[in-house]
Amino acid sequence: MSAVAVAAESAKRRGLIALIRGTGAAGIASAIVIAIALFIAIFGPFIASDANLSRLSLSYVGPAPGHLLGFDGQGRDVMARILVGARTSMLGPLLVVAICMSVGTVLAISSAWRRGAYDTVVSSGLDVLFAFPAILLAILAATVFGAGLIAAVLALAVAYTPYVARVLRGAALRERGQQYVDALSVQGLSSVSICLRHLIPNMAPLIVAQATILFGYAMVDLAAISFLGLGVQPPNPDWGVMVAENQSGLIQGYPTSALAAGVCIVIVVVAFNILGERLYEQAQRERR
Amino acid sequence: MGRLRFLARRLAMLLATLLVSSFIIFSALYLAPGNPIAVLSGGRTLPPESVKVLEERYHLDKPFLEQYAIWLGGAVHGDLGISIALRQNVSSLIAARIWTTAALVLYASIIIVLIGVGIGLLAGLRPGLLDTSAVVATSFSAAIPSFVAAILLILLFSVRLGWFPVLGNGTGLWGTAYHLTLPAFALAISALGIVARVTRASVREELQREHVQTAVSRGIPYAKLIRRHVLRNAAIPITTITGITIASLIAIAAVVERAFGLNGLGAYLVGAANSKDFAVVQGISLVLVTAFVVVNVIVDILYAVLDPRVSLESKAE
Amino acid sequence: MTDDRPLLEIEALTVQLPVEGSPRAVLRDVALSIQPGEALGLVGESGSGKSMTARAVDRLLPAGADVAGSIRFDGKDVLALKGADFRAYRDDVAMIFQDPRAHINPVRRIGDFMTEALRTNSGVSRSEASGLAVALLEDVGIPDGGRRLHQYPHELSGGLLQRVMIATALLTEPRLLLADEPTTALDVTTQAEVMAILDDLRREFGLTLLFITHDLELAAAVCDRTAVMYAGQIVEIRASTLLHGDPLHPYTAALAAARPDIDATAHRLTAIAGQPLSAFEAPEGECAFAPRCPHARERCRTEAPVLQTIDGGVVRCLRAEELRGRLEVAAHG
Repeated sequence: MSAVAVAAESAKRRGLIALIRGTGAAGIASAIVIAIALFIAIFGPFIASDANLSRLSLSYVGPAPGHLLGFDGQGRDVMARILVGARTSMLGPLLVVAICMSVGTVLAISSAWRRGAYDTVVSSGLDVLFAFPAILLAILAATVFGAGLIAAVLALAVAYTPYVARVLRGAALRERGQQYVDALSVQGLSSVSICLRHLIPNMAPLIVAQATILFGYAMVDLAAISFLGLGVQPPNPDWGVMVAENQSGLIQGYPTSALAAGVCIVIVVVAFNILGERLYEQAQRERR
Repeated sequence: MGRLRFLARRLAMLLATLLVSSFIIFSALYLAPGNPIAVLSGGRTLPPESVKVLEERYHLDKPFLEQYAIWLGGAVHGDLGISIALRQNVSSLIAARIWTTAALVLYASIIIVLIGVGIGLLAGLRPGLLDTSAVVATSFSAAIPSFVAAILLILLFSVRLGWFPVLGNGTGLWGTAYHLTLPAFALAISALGIVARVTRASVREELQREHVQTAVSRGIPYAKLIRRHVLRNAAIPITTITGITIASLIAIAAVVERAFGLNGLGAYLVGAANSKDFAVVQGISLVLVTAFVVVNVIVDILYAVLDPRVSLESKAE
Repeated sequence: MTDDRPLLEIEALTVQLPVEGSPRAVLRDVALSIQPGEALGLVGESGSGKSMTARAVDRLLPAGADVAGSIRFDGKDVLALKGADFRAYRDDVAMIFQDPRAHINPVRRIGDFMTEALRTNSGVSRSEASGLAVALLEDVGIPDGGRRLHQYPHELSGGLLQRVMIATALLTEPRLLLADEPTTALDVTTQAEVMAILDDLRREFGLTLLFITHDLELAAAVCDRTAVMYAGQIVEIRASTLLHGDPLHPYTAALAAARPDIDATAHRLTAIAGQPLSAFEAPEGECAFAPRCPHARERCRTEAPVLQTIDGGVVRCLRAEELRGRLEVAAHG
């Protein structure tokens, strides 16, 4: 019986590619958009011409060969700034998600596993963090540590951790109640190796879905913080910064730079939202 | 009885949360690198007597916990200290700006309830073309950050069409409403998408319920069936998501206020963060956290009011 | 002549439901009738179409269902009813569902649930409706009805909720009661109590009952006649007293021979060799039960049986005449 339970449990495991393939046409299309965005984030700075090269004579000059989106108010190539800005715009959310997912997963599984006083302490600690909206926490962090990407990333990671931990704790509790966990403990496996080799792999679809959804949120919030002037600092190109620094151009009727950055943000966020939703539905379906 | 106890427990949790939050806010800024005296003096070296006067005025000579107690005691009585940059009472600085933020969030909330919930209900009850287009439209609007919405609205309605002002607060009720229209939509657009999607899904789910079938089989007329059995039950998740979403706007308002040059709490908070005006950052943070937590508690209470299954001790035999 | 007219008469009822775009049969040529005051049992495995038959009678089929054939209630064509006539029909026919917990709105009080139809459709005042509800709760063995009306469904046990459901069904003074596995979701002791209440009230009120169950013995105990369904078709209708000892169809014989426990469905299913067939899986032009039938012959796989009358019963079996009197023995051997 126990061997059957353990075998059935590992049969459910699949790789990332298989998970994405299960999300249907919309999910796969979103994954492709995300892959392109990641590609640009990695290679964009090598493809683009100098993103900070300012030629005031070219201020607000329209598209030209080699300069597909024209120039911004300071005469900088908008296309180059989009390509280079992709790096911080994608890297920031990636860091946020990596931190809050690791911390959240550890907290969720350890409190679901040990329960008791430890669980109570963790849960109440996280409950207090629920009182801080992400943007407010980021503003506080910028006040304390000074404006910059690192402070913003840390603040968002802290703000998102309670949400991650709450969702995953429920899943970990359900998983803990499964037969195979008892079977493995009877076989003498330690708690840590049951968690690492069985619990986490089984929760992987949910963890991946959660991370995907949070990436979209993190992108919006980080860009908003940069827009407020508390995140990535100009003249470094970042999509949020580009929207902010183009405000005066916007009113004069030259919105290209802000629009291009805004559109990039929306496209990537929509892709993450759709893929995340599909992955989440898939994870829910499989649990039944 | 069960309800009163639920209410009391929820309020106790509210106070505890606020107490811990206030401590976090205060101590975070206390631990911040940099000397408040240096900020006060603007970088000049002051004679020791002046430093002493300043330290006493701002209680900087007291131990940390005492400073916190003084600050919290003042905060409870509406005294949030003195702005280092402006040499003014933080409470009156907040009072001068809080209504702009409150009006903005309220305006956005009305938009979310009327349009977001409205679209969700229509799409949920009427499958077909309307539903499909609502699903596509709301999944995009849910992904539009407030500041991107802001530039799109400014571009279209201020720069191109000239229907609305680009910047400023406006005066009088009508003037304020007029000036706040674009900001409120910028603030609402993403939340509106989320609320519409959850509303639609909730209505769909309730329509499938077995108890709705019972009502059909008993000949309850359609309009009444929808109102008493579908909408009444869907109201529970719809109220929750609407409330939570509205609470989240309290912080995001800062972004919209900056984009539209509104003289609100959030924009002021960002300015204070840049100039390291700690008393202002502490004061506004406390106000925003309080508002956020209170709205969330109201959502919890509404949930308990709407759903009889919540919180009451089981009396099943 | 009019006295003999059935209250409910179903003829050639065929229903198809769209599944992923293509229609799937759920009922195939169902025919049965119930006389006023009679109790008819409708027995079958899950997927046999017994619940669908009740849903068709109550016009509760999902949107997109393709319905052919006729359902007549008191002489009126049920499928064609509209407006006031249809509302009157809803009052005349009441349904008791399997899972009371799911079938009663959890956010409304018991009193609201019980009296809603009366207040809405018959214009009875709230206080008058509540008085009637309390009286009926008393009839189903709930003495403190006044208190119960103010409670919410989650405050009542499953057995109590099903009694509420029965009382509610009787409140509009229906002429036909459709009971769709009313005790399946309850625990064994509660099942017996609820069943006894339902049986008593039916006799007291002179109600006509269509009782749907997967339990042949239960149907036989409560009903005057019992109809057996398989793969969306009626395979036998016969007086309940004769069904067990003298079945006409091999499937009925197999069901009876398996002698199920009151709740052990799985036990009985394994007692008949092979998998039960859903209506949409049933092949055209042959007997749907043939693959599992110990008496199947070559012609059973090439010719579809039709309903025929034998000894006051109705049976759908090509070999019914030959197998007369041999079925019970065969099932045991």
